[in-house]
Amino acid sequence: MKNDQNEKYPIVEMIGITKQFPGVLANDTVDLELFSGEVLALLGENGAGKSTLMNILAGLYRADKGKILIKGEEAEINSPKDAMKYGIGMVHQNFKLVPTMSVAENVVLGLDSENFVLDLQKVSSRIKEISNHYNLKVDPGSIIWQMSVGEQQRVEILKLIYRGAEVLILDEPTAVLTPQESGELNRIVKQMTGEGKSAIFITHKMDEVMEFSDWVRVLQKGKLVSVVRTQDTSPKELSRMMVGRDVLFRVEKKKANPGEVVLELENVKAMNDKGLEALKGISFSLRRGEILGIAGVAGNGQRELTEVITGLHKVTEGRVIIGGKDMTNKSPLEVIKSGVSHIPSDRVAMGIVGDMSVANNLAMKEYRKAPLTQHGILNPGRILEMAKKMISSFMISTPAPYTSVKFLSGGNIQKTILAREIGACSTLLVAAYPARGLDVGATESVRKEMIAERDGGKGVLLVSEDLEELMSVSDRIAVMNEGRIMGIVDSAEADIESLGLMMAGVPMEKGK
Amino acid sequence: MRLVFEKRNSVSKKAIVLVPVVSFLVSLILTGILLIIFKTNPFITYSSMFVGAFGSWINFTETLVKAIPLMLTGIGVGLAFRLRFWNIGAEGQLVFGGVAATWVALFWSNFLPPFLVLPTAILMGIIAGALWAGIPAFLKVYLKVDETLVSLMLNYVAILTAQGLYYGAWIDPKGMGFPGTKLFPKSAWLPRFSGRAHVGLFIAILLGLVMWVVLNRTKWGFEVKMSGHNPRAARVMGVDIGKTIITAILVSGAFSGMAGAFEVTAISHRLQQGLAIGYGYTAIIVAWMAQLNPIASLFVAVLMAGLLVGGDQVQMMMGLPAAMGIVLQGMILFPMLAGSLFTDYRLKIITKSTKEEAA
Amino acid sequence: MIALLASILAITLRAGTSLIYATIGEIYTERSGILNLGLEGMMLMGAVSAFATVYYTGSLLLALLVAMLTGVVLSSIHAFLSITMRANQVVSGLSITLFGTGFASFLGQRLGPESNGHYLIGLIGNKFTPVKIPFLSNLPVLGALFNQDILTYIVYLIIPAAWFFMYKTRAGLNLRAVGESPQTADAMGINVSKVRYIYTILGGTLVALGGAHLSLSYAPGWTDNITGGRGWIVIALVIFSMWNPSRAIWGALLFGGINAIQFRLQATGTTISAPLLNMLPYIVTIVVLVLMTWIETMNKKVGAPEALAVPYMRGEK
Repeated sequence: MKNDQNEKYPIVEMIGITKQFPGVLANDTVDLELFSGEVLALLGENGAGKSTLMNILAGLYRADKGKILIKGEEAEINSPKDAMKYGIGMVHQNFKLVPTMSVAENVVLGLDSENFVLDLQKVSSRIKEISNHYNLKVDPGSIIWQMSVGEQQRVEILKLIYRGAEVLILDEPTAVLTPQESGELNRIVKQMTGEGKSAIFITHKMDEVMEFSDWVRVLQKGKLVSVVRTQDTSPKELSRMMVGRDVLFRVEKKKANPGEVVLELENVKAMNDKGLEALKGISFSLRRGEILGIAGVAGNGQRELTEVITGLHKVTEGRVIIGGKDMTNKSPLEVIKSGVSHIPSDRVAMGIVGDMSVANNLAMKEYRKAPLTQHGILNPGRILEMAKKMISSFMISTPAPYTSVKFLSGGNIQKTILAREIGACSTLLVAAYPARGLDVGATESVRKEMIAERDGGKGVLLVSEDLEELMSVSDRIAVMNEGRIMGIVDSAEADIESLGLMMAGVPMEKGK
Repeated sequence: MRLVFEKRNSVSKKAIVLVPVVSFLVSLILTGILLIIFKTNPFITYSSMFVGAFGSWINFTETLVKAIPLMLTGIGVGLAFRLRFWNIGAEGQLVFGGVAATWVALFWSNFLPPFLVLPTAILMGIIAGALWAGIPAFLKVYLKVDETLVSLMLNYVAILTAQGLYYGAWIDPKGMGFPGTKLFPKSAWLPRFSGRAHVGLFIAILLGLVMWVVLNRTKWGFEVKMSGHNPRAARVMGVDIGKTIITAILVSGAFSGMAGAFEVTAISHRLQQGLAIGYGYTAIIVAWMAQLNPIASLFVAVLMAGLLVGGDQVQMMMGLPAAMGIVLQGMILFPMLAGSLFTDYRLKIITKSTKEEAA
Repeated sequence: MIALLASILAITLRAGTSLIYATIGEIYTERSGILNLGLEGMMLMGAVSAFATVYYTGSLLLALLVAMLTGVVLSSIHAFLSITMRANQVVSGLSITLFGTGFASFLGQRLGPESNGHYLIGLIGNKFTPVKIPFLSNLPVLGALFNQDILTYIVYLIIPAAWFFMYKTRAGLNLRAVGESPQTADAMGINVSKVRYIYTILGGTLVALGGAHLSLSYAPGWTDNITGGRGWIVIALVIFSMWNPSRAIWGALLFGGINAIQFRLQATGTTISAPLLNMLPYIVTIVVLVLMTWIETMNKKVGAPEALAVPYMRGEK
């Protein structure tokens, strides 16, 4: 691999890295090699272990097994400070900046080498030097919270250069950037590598890989599955490597029998929490007895999409019509009352109340209605009765119905949510990543329930990153990219490569 | 070797009961050590405190007198804390309730039929307490203003308002300059059943039971629990968090307002110095020790009141400072706060070898 | 008129000194992300321990040291409960206040000489007296600034020093980072717990000094509740100064000034409602708090440390 690079030498080598988290093998004997003056892309789906691997290199986690060589010598990296000593710095997805402080203050924060009485003047002029050299356009006096996300990212890079970083790790750097800012970032990184520094990109965007990197390493479920030179590969090939070819199992399902339209979005626009446009005009319709899959890399507007439908997020333009009624910007309760159920993406934070019992959690949709409540008075007997039924029919494994739900495993928490939401659903089920992180058995039962709901005459909106899942479970697949729908295809006719291209931002060819 | 906290797999039921009991014992021991340092026999002190508070029916009625406002404020504060709304304004809400009840007792009694004076006075006290608590609640829900600091500041506004009234506009003209209003008409007196102990006790106990039922057996109580434990999930499930917070805090303030109304209509029969003597702050200990359970709050309130009365008694009998009771109250919370971690976490000792094993 | 102004200024400064010590102390504590509502108790304990020491030893310096030590002990309890045990800071602070109030009162009736029935109340001890600074103390009106006791002169130095330390030094930068964004501070290699311990204890020391000023200078001697709620006023002053030590002076002067004006009014027998005047600072504080929060929602940041009263644990979101 490295023989044709005479003047380039491996600056970082990670050998046999293994990292176990409770219940997940995040990294399984992963190797990595980074050459000076080059950019390595680390490609993989969510949960493939990319961030874990990089957090190990940056000193935030410790590997259970394996070793790290820096410039050929074994290195002991126990903290970000240690990593910095070896010239390794990481730009995290959540920037490590203090919002109320100036650029200069953030740059010197935690640096023991500075004088006790800070000479911010000196720091500022050094920052200006670096800024001018790389054309970063960062003013050392600016306060972080007043800067755009792109500027903040440049401050992070500047901070690392100031501290003498030779290796830059960038965790999904373009996820928060505009296309212009991404181009700018590319230019900065090229300039740095031109000067002998190197960079590692964590990403799951194919176009970015093609544009930025020299080498690609693809991770899948914690394992390194391939290493290729960027010039020798193509987005098609990469997307196949990333998703994996092996179909785990096909779910048995009958042909769909779509009925009336149950959900219709008309040119829906919405902002994300940072005030950037997250949905840029989404239109589609979903019928009863049909599963519409939403494919796409996380962070392309899927969360906002599920939340505008369920009333949790404000629509700025356009209309959301559920069961023929205009439900645009109605409260979550009104949406629930129209028969919509929601399996949220972050199940522990949004789907359950961990300190309450399994039985109570199962009742959290139905508690408003008789027979669970009469004249505002709850009937615990009825709640327990309903809970017991749900626990047995969904095979939720819990010590008792009154056990706090937070003590259940991830799969059983998801079954609890599923039981509750399916029980309360009468028109539409919005499911975000319902099988994420579950084992094979739980995954299968979740998928079967989705299909059972469809066959029961409800509309199902299934948001997932797992293309296999979408192709086997849903009837049609819509692909989202940067707040837009790139195309909707019949899952029978869909193939991973064309879906992958749409996920990367290439609109569907007309008439295909 | 080093100590780490490891999250338990289930909430320790034993710890929930044991922590308050052990905390109380630890505070007795720590305070006992202090007493020994000051050459006082802790056993004699504690036993005379106990006798002073619970030893005779007369003494016990005095304990009940102090327990009533602690029960009410404790239940109210506990409700707010369930929503993680750090209402430390019970003191002000109590005082404002007292002021409003005084207003009715002094100025409405001529217009109202006598049998309506007392209920109206108490009702106004409840409303005033609720509204006073409503200020931080509205500011929190609509403007996201920190409720801890606002409710704390409002204590002073309420206390100073009361002062302004009984030193100024409402001062008894025949009181020879003594700061206080004139005596309420009899129609505004809350009946006492023994000594100074008044029927407010039964109302407080009843409300404690009702509150437990409301929290555990009603739709609203269910929503309070959901919103308190996980507001994000509650919102996904269709609960209007803002509305839940505001209604709960109004109720929380109503409890304290009622306590204030009881104090003026049953104990002092006028508004005067001595209404704001810290019940609202002690309420926080009551709520915390009772683990926010309204029924447990009733018992803890009696215990705390017993410490106060017992403190007064040792002053009279042994010449020991009455502040003993308050010292004990303050002491209870330290082990309690340290101990509450043990209901969710267990302490694990990590030695070099276990570390290697883990690696 | 000039005499009146001068006397108001003199009283204001005397009344304000203890407030400024405590305010700066609490600003440092809160800047690290720890809310300490135990001030009232710590000030009382500072006051009683200082007075008892000076009564028996006559040494003012020793009295200050003992008060500081008291502050260290009490704030260490709060630090341990809220940092190591991750306890609720509101409740922990309140129990410090409760305990401190009770124990100070207890000590006031136990530490005295047997001849006084073990009471400290009513005894006279050594005290700080005003030290005139030549020439400066003769200035019209402003002369009052230079006819104060040593503790007030130290305040003149502490305010700029506290400001300089917080905004111009590496340690101050670390402190602010820990209170604003412990995650960031941790990632940048700053020991969050250590910083929080240091400034909670440092803050408690200053708060206890503020209490000592009351019993050694402002109202020499010991009476129950000598603080008269100053510990709570300080919580308001911290907000009022928007967590900036250099602004601590304005709030303290406002509260001290209101004290002073009242003093004058009482002397002249005016019947303007004193409670109304007293209430003003609290209402102003609430208004400041509301405005600050409102401005913050409009364009983000002006006020409280972001992580105030939030326990930090690595790896928890």
